[in-house]
Amino acid sequence: MDLLLLSRLQFAVTIGFHYIYPPMSIGLGLILVIMEGMYIRTKNPLYHRMTRFWVKIFGLTFAIGVATGIVMEFQFGTNWSTYSRFVGDVFGSALAAEGIFAFFLESGFLAILLFGWDKVSERTHFISTCLVAFGAMFSAVWIVVANSWQQTPAGHHIVGEGAAARAEVVDFWAVVFSPSSMDRLSHVLMGAWQAGAFLVLSVSAYYLLKGRHVEAARASMKIGLVVAGAASLLQLVSGHESAVGVSKNQPPKMAAFEAHYEDATPGTLYLFGWVDEQTETVKGGLGFPGMLSFLISGDTKQPLTGLRAFPPEDRPPVQLSFQSYHFMVMIGMTLIAVSWGGIFLWWRKKLFRTRWALWVLVFSVLAPQFSNQLGWMAAEVGRQPWIVYGLLRTSEGLSKVVSEGMVLSSLILFTLIYLLLLVLFLFLLDMKIKQGPDDLDPARGHGA
Amino acid sequence: MSLDLNTTWFLLVGILFTGYAVLDGFDLGVGALHLFTRGDDERRLSMNSIGPIWDGNEVWLVTGGGALFAAFPDVYATVFSGFYLALIFLLFALIFRAVAIEFRSKQPMAWWRRMWDISFTTGSVLAALLIGVAMGNLVFGVPVRADGEYGGSFWHLLRPYPLLTGIMTVALFMMHGAIYLVMKTEGELHDKVRGWIRPTIIFFVICYVTTTMATLLYVPHMTEVMRTHPQFFVVALIGMLAIANIPREIHGGRDFRAFLSSSAAIVCLLALFGLGMFPNLVFSDPNPEHSLTAYNAASSDKTLGIMLIIALIGVPLVLAYTASIYWIFRGKVKLDHSSY
Repeated sequence: MDLLLLSRLQFAVTIGFHYIYPPMSIGLGLILVIMEGMYIRTKNPLYHRMTRFWVKIFGLTFAIGVATGIVMEFQFGTNWSTYSRFVGDVFGSALAAEGIFAFFLESGFLAILLFGWDKVSERTHFISTCLVAFGAMFSAVWIVVANSWQQTPAGHHIVGEGAAARAEVVDFWAVVFSPSSMDRLSHVLMGAWQAGAFLVLSVSAYYLLKGRHVEAARASMKIGLVVAGAASLLQLVSGHESAVGVSKNQPPKMAAFEAHYEDATPGTLYLFGWVDEQTETVKGGLGFPGMLSFLISGDTKQPLTGLRAFPPEDRPPVQLSFQSYHFMVMIGMTLIAVSWGGIFLWWRKKLFRTRWALWVLVFSVLAPQFSNQLGWMAAEVGRQPWIVYGLLRTSEGLSKVVSEGMVLSSLILFTLIYLLLLVLFLFLLDMKIKQGPDDLDPARGHGA
Repeated sequence: MSLDLNTTWFLLVGILFTGYAVLDGFDLGVGALHLFTRGDDERRLSMNSIGPIWDGNEVWLVTGGGALFAAFPDVYATVFSGFYLALIFLLFALIFRAVAIEFRSKQPMAWWRRMWDISFTTGSVLAALLIGVAMGNLVFGVPVRADGEYGGSFWHLLRPYPLLTGIMTVALFMMHGAIYLVMKTEGELHDKVRGWIRPTIIFFVICYVTTTMATLLYVPHMTEVMRTHPQFFVVALIGMLAIANIPREIHGGRDFRAFLSSSAAIVCLLALFGLGMFPNLVFSDPNPEHSLTAYNAASSDKTLGIMLIIALIGVPLVLAYTASIYWIFRGKVKLDHSSY
């Protein structure tokens, strides 16, 4: 196991685990704003109960998100110190802005959200909920800006030579609005809204199937369906925009996504397939020749850059890029069907009684978790071998004084600790769901 | 002394980490003292005294780290990779502190609650210790190679002086946490915690005096500034007076003023650190010429300028709403249906 592989594996494990939580927090944040907003407007205590219930779950996902998030901020320095020296001006600035503008806001007002029910007016509490939700979304802005700069660097210039070369900011707004950042931001946010919405749908469907907390479940389900339906459709739009952008700004990545080897030829759109990296073909796939070109440019004959235009050492791993991209899209399409199918049944007033549909919704909570992970895998693996596209290779970004033994130790420890946290999280979430929204805990006993 | 961008950022990073020490300092202190409380109610009161605000307090560390990355990337890179295992353990300590608070009271079983009580204390003590060890290493000096990378081992970080500053940090936060608890509790628990003030002050003062003596004897570069600018001695004096003021305020029942004095002591301590270190951020020993400074390890002026604007907009906002939130949660901690 060499240092590069171990460091990449550790980053993958830590970010993969971290990324289970902030999307749920961002999605639940939006839903809390809707639920509490409905309460403020209608004064119906049902919405107040629903809000109280989901706030507790929000608190849980938020806490683990924070705990695992600090790991990420430190990891650029611990394991990727050469990268940090190279990009500190640009990437570090985005991270610092994330802290100053977003983290303080969401963590600060979290106090009122979780604990301030009896200490402030209903309106002030609602404003706090909005600020926490906004803070969560705003933090996504900065981290996506930072990562997008890695994908499509802009607004900087390189100063110095060789080992002393560094990227320095020339135009801050050009860094923030790099060619890919806004498309990717909307894509990330929609993915987060899906994560929150399908969690709410899953729990609501479960309650309806068990005949418990029926009124709250129905109201939650309606809110969940609206958010899920809107987010899933918008996800398709932002996904398309992002893909067009990738094709323009990161051609080897798009070529890897669809295993497009032959250079300057129209591209085939695959629904699925298996890439044979030796023969550079796709086996057992369902492909539509020219359709990739069509989606990107409106012309089925439009030639696209192929992987063969790049020397092998500049190409991303094709199989992993292809599969993660395609499974992400498949899940995305499925979620459109699930959410709009649910909306259709709701319209026909059959949803709450159609048990098989409710069961689909129960299990649908897993889908955005997978598509979010797969999407990031596609984005990051597709960017390889670059850690900053075209400027710095991943292998060049490693820390110089960290040994394989150290990284192996930390990798094992993180994996074990995170597995433990995952089990505990699922256990506590399950307990909370079984308890339900209607019973407010007595002051003694556990402060669930 | 003119305030160029590099000096400004040396100060700002210092302010962010000082804010962290003053705020999460008492969180970690409460955690360190947690196992001295007895009974489920006391344990819950202890955790809930910091329940609403510990997360926001921890953000000062995250933002300080981010600011360090942006303003002094070479320091961020050298220290975080060089002190690798220490940083990893710090992360684990912070993770366990965080989830202990969130998980502890969610289940009624005694073994569950005891496990998370221990986790809360262990995480808090370890975090304080490692932060102090890291700071001590920056002061005492670590081998910095000609290429700016750390040239020592993990065990190198645990030499007597950094270990001493580590223990001193634990002691400082325990004192600060005890005062915070006195401020936030009432009745039996309040009286119990009040009794902890004197031992924690004594513990801290012994550590502080020892560290000061060790610094005077073994770390000449830290005392240089006192020789060339004797007026800075007043900072040390104010710090000592602040500590001396604590028992006076506690005795007079003015708990909040005692807390302010404790906070002032922390500020003075870190001010002395900054004054002594400037312009060094990482002192190199041997080869002091390899030291990483606010000038040779910084980002470009353009970035420092942009970051300054971000800070000037962001920090006052943060201070304003943080103060309001603390105001909303003023008064004694009480357990209700939303508590941990």
